[in-house]
Order: sequence, then structure tokens, then C-alpha cells
Amino acid sequence: MEPIKQFSGTVCPLDRSNVDTDQIIPKQFLKRIERTGFGQFLFYHWRLDEEGKENEAFVLNKKQYKDASILVAGNNFGCGSSREHAPWALLDYGFRVVIAPSFADIFYNNCLKNGILPISLSEEQVGELLHTAEGKQTELFVDLEQQKVTNNNGFSAEFQIDPYWKQMLLNGWDEISLTLTLDEQITKFEKSAMVKG
Amino acid sequence: MAPKTIIDKIWEQHKVHGEEGKPDLIYIDLHLIHEVTSPQAFEGLRLNGRKVRRPDLTYATMDHNVPTADKNKINDKIAHKQMATLEKNCQEFGIELADIHHPDQGIVHVIGPELGLTQPGKTIVCGDSHTSTHGAFGALAFGIGTSEVEHVLATQTLWQSKPKTMEVKVNGKLAPGVAAKDLILAVIEKFGIGVGTGYVMEYTGEAIRSLSMEERMTVCNMSIEAGAKAGLISPDDVTISYLKGRRHVPSGEAFDQVAARWQSLASDEGASYDKTIEIDASEIEPQVTWGTNPSMGSSINGNVPYPDQFESQSERESIQRALDYMGLEPGTPINEIEVDYVFIGSCTNSRLSDLRAAAEIVKGKTVHSGVTAIVVPGSQTVKLLAEQEGLNTIFINAGFEWRESGCSMCLAMNEDIVPPGKRCASTSNRNFEGRQGNGSRTHLVSPAMAAGAAIEGKFTDVRNFQAALA
Repeated sequence: MEPIKQFSGTVCPLDRSNVDTDQIIPKQFLKRIERTGFGQFLFYHWRLDEEGKENEAFVLNKKQYKDASILVAGNNFGCGSSREHAPWALLDYGFRVVIAPSFADIFYNNCLKNGILPISLSEEQVGELLHTAEGKQTELFVDLEQQKVTNNNGFSAEFQIDPYWKQMLLNGWDEISLTLTLDEQITKFEKSAMVKG
Repeated sequence: MAPKTIIDKIWEQHKVHGEEGKPDLIYIDLHLIHEVTSPQAFEGLRLNGRKVRRPDLTYATMDHNVPTADKNKINDKIAHKQMATLEKNCQEFGIELADIHHPDQGIVHVIGPELGLTQPGKTIVCGDSHTSTHGAFGALAFGIGTSEVEHVLATQTLWQSKPKTMEVKVNGKLAPGVAAKDLILAVIEKFGIGVGTGYVMEYTGEAIRSLSMEERMTVCNMSIEAGAKAGLISPDDVTISYLKGRRHVPSGEAFDQVAARWQSLASDEGASYDKTIEIDASEIEPQVTWGTNPSMGSSINGNVPYPDQFESQSERESIQRALDYMGLEPGTPINEIEVDYVFIGSCTNSRLSDLRAAAEIVKGKTVHSGVTAIVVPGSQTVKLLAEQEGLNTIFINAGFEWRESGCSMCLAMNEDIVPPGKRCASTSNRNFEGRQGNGSRTHLVSPAMAAGAAIEGKFTDVRNFQAALA
């Protein structure tokens, strides 16, 4: 995956809570056997009407957010199905950072494995970002090394991330290769625990 | 020694490697695979020249997009390709597969327990969020993404931070006519869909102990709907007797040994949890959801809420949006909501006891005119057993369709779709927008409640039916 260290981008404010992965990518698009090409299906039924035309009222379709790469949303983002197609669609559409007060566990993990940085900030901080970005184009600066989110209007917030995942994201490491360096230990465990088929 | 929870015990037994400031490397005992979330993982293995480390601990089936009307007619070419890809991957990497024509085929969370692959104390993963179902046996079972599927295939391990523990204490007893589905829907309605985020839930209390294994699976299945990573129940005699004699469970003396070990995994008296929530089972009534997430529910005797009843602006907005989507007016009595479709199936409620509960209501009656009702058994084994006791005849005579096993209308990836604007009483687990088809309106209920809705054409307190039967 592509490393992420410092990142700046336009904010897209999606002021909804409990956005589930069925909304992020509906099930009719899960039948592909590749990891790529899912961006066109992102928020499909919110973004497009029944005839496939853009729904102008939906935030992603507004011109000030067209090039957004940082999604800011309400709490419990990514709940529901474990489909990794959700972060694949976000990434393919152009999002590298998602900010919300809280994330569903599986979605959060899935982001980390794909070089998307999920950032959890307080309800107030997220509220401020949503408010600032309402109706206009705003930029945010994300510094993973410093674990900080800032903008030009004096907003500054620190965020937490597990140091292990921080290293993985900063370096864009392949997790399986790292785990395989512990191969001997896994074999030893299998022998001692007599893991049976 | 300090008392421990079952979660602590399983974690300790599976820790391969741990260092300060890092997640633990956890060994995985059973990896279940299906056609939708695995193709990219196998492709990743191939691109890197990697093997499947333990094909013997991996088991595959096809469930998400299989047709249920006729197994031999796969009209969807892309779905067909996904199934063919799984078959090819299983062959190439030496993984046992119950394909669409196999007698063991079924929903992955139905067949794992059925075959005895699911056992207490195991760590079990699958690229599906309802993997929490297997927790009913006292296994630590959770859903993973496709990258993690690839990681488990290659290494049989996962990096995991130890989750926090939550005790969900269900006191008292369920009243007659109230199902396990009602119990878990009531828990989610009371505590919300985010209560479990970051936690593994252990269900305890008198009501849980009195549940059968299949009922426990229904409860654990929906742990993810409360946001939990996993949900489990400490093993007891009910667990042991369910497992005895199953194909992948040891027999004879070896069974007695393993059974004793399983019993010892139960949480110790006095073990402490990071959080405890409690609910009184005796107050729970049959449930029906009215909104677009599983916490938006009510008792059958309640009403659709008014958005003004809610405190925060964002809550009022989300309730209003849900009601608009569902086409419901505030204040409407739940038992006046009419349905167009009834779906009995899914990893939540498609086991033999679920079908029996629905058949008991349906027997000798007729599906209401204008209602399309289908029964989709969870597995070929469930289907066969149900047919042996004549449940299929009861359903078919009443006007239900009797289908082949699969996930079907729970997520509508195959041809079993609820049309736009139509309302479905469903025994599945999610009522998200568009879940059962674009524009479809889902109401989550128990199998008996779904059966009642099929007969009456609207939601009805199934206890009235049951009283008439008694």
C-alpha cells in the first residue's frame, strides 16, 4: 500500500451518523474479483438517482467537494457488513483520510490495511470541521507523524493511533511479509498447541 | 489465581507473539471462506507466490450469491464467475469446499456449527461480519476484511489488539411466545448500535442459560449489530450435548476429555469485565423494527415514534430520514403496518428450530393475498431435516415458496430481491436502506412473527396465534 505521512486535501462534510457499509458500497457491486475499480460505485444510491443521474443534493456531487480527499462524517462510521469493498471504493474515489467521532471496528481495520487513515476526533471537533466545511471548500492538513489535524483557520486537534499501525501506514509496509518473519515462532506455537485440522 | 473471563482465557491460549506497544499475534483455529470476500485474497497470494499455510484449518462454501430457486440455473454471469473462482482457488490451494451441489452446502454460519467445525475455545474468523454467530459455542469468532483473509490464509494468524470485555447480563426468563430474536433486538433497541464498539460481549444470566444452541446462535449473530467485535456465551451442558456426535468432533473417550476442557473455559465466578449492561428478559415483548438500523425498533404493541420525542437535532433528523425512507407516519401502531413480502431465512434465523417455530404458526392457514412469502433454509442439511418432518409441506400448502439454501434475501445479492417501495417482514439481521434491494423497506422480526405477518398481511402479536393453538 501507498505510505501516508503528511497529507493535505479538501474536506467533504457528510453530516450523518451510523453510515453503514451497505450505503458506502451496495451489494450489487461486490461481485467483482478485483480490488480496483470500485470508486464509481461509492455511495451509489445516495450519489445517483434511479436513472443513474447525479443527485445534486448529495454532498459528494456539489462542486466545492468534487476533488475532496478527506471525508468528515458522524459517529459509528462504517458499521455493518465487513466488506473491504467499502474502503476500496473510498480509496478508488480519491479519499485517503476519513475523520469521524467513532468508527465500526472492522471498517477501521480495513482502512488501515489499505492506506486510508481513519482519524477519530471528539464530537465537538468533528462538529466544528463539519460546520466549517458547510457549503464551501476548505482544506485540512493531516500529519500522521505528529498525529495532528490542522487548518488555516486555527483548528488544531491531536489524534490517537496505535503505534504499530502508525508505522505500517508511514512506511506502507506489507503486513504479511512482516508476519512471515515470525514463521518459526508460528510453527513452534502450532507444535506446542497441537493445532488440529 | 484471579478469576478470568472466557475471553481472557481464549486470548492467552492463542497468543503466538506479543511485544510492548504492538498488537498481539493471535493464532486462528478455523478460517471459513465464501465466494464474495475471498477472490482478492487468493489473488494476493498468487501475486506474491504464497501458499495457504493450513488448508486443513480452512473450510469453504458458497452462500452469498447462490440462486435459491434452482441450483442449476445461475443466471447471473458475474455471480457464476465468483463461484467458479472459489472452486478454482480451493482446488489450487487444497481447501475443502462445499460447493453449490454439495450436500453440506449452506450459509457459512449455519454449516460451521452443524458439521462440528465450530467448537468452544477456538478462534474463528471469516470474511463476514456475522461470524460472531459461532460465539454461541464459547468460541472467539469475528468478521474480518479481505486483506485479513489473505493474512490468515498466508500465516494462520492475525495481529489483534486485545479487545475490551463487556458483560451483557440478561436477567429473568423470557415470557412464553417471546423468541431469542426478540431478546437481541430488544438489547440493541435499548443500548444502541454503537454500544459494543471496541468490545467483545459475553452474554450471561438466567435467560441466556435457558436458551438452546440455535437460539444462542441467533443472539450472538447480532452482536455486530450492537457494534461488538464478537459476542459469545460460556459453554455449558447445552453446548456439550449439541456437539456430541457431530462430524468434526472427537468421539468416545476423546470426547469426554475435550468436553471437560471446554467446560473449563467458562468465565470464572467473579471475573471482571470492562463494562456491564443489564436487561430484564421478562419485560421483553415480540419486537418489530420500524427504521433503517437495527436499534430503531419497538414492541409489537408500540407505535412508530415521533421525531420530536428525541433529544438531539441530529437524532431527530436521522429518525425523520428513516421514516421517510420507510414510508411510515409517526404514531402509526406497529400492528397496523402491512407487508408485501415475508422472508424466513438468513444466518440469524434459518435453522431447524426457526423453521419449526414459523411452521407452527402457518400450519393449516393461508398466506394473505398479495403477500409473497419465501422460506430459505440455512443449509442443505436443515432443508433435508425440515422435509423429513414435513415442514416444507406445511409452508407450501399455506402458499410459501420453499427454496434451496443460501443467504438469499437477507442481502439480495442473488435474484431474491424486494422491489423498490415494498415492505418486507424479514427474519434477517439488517434493515439498512436498500439492504434487501434498492428502495426496499425491511422490518426485522423473529420467525414466528414473520409467519404471523405472512398470514395476516400485517404485523400481529404472534402470542395471540400461539394462545389459539394451546
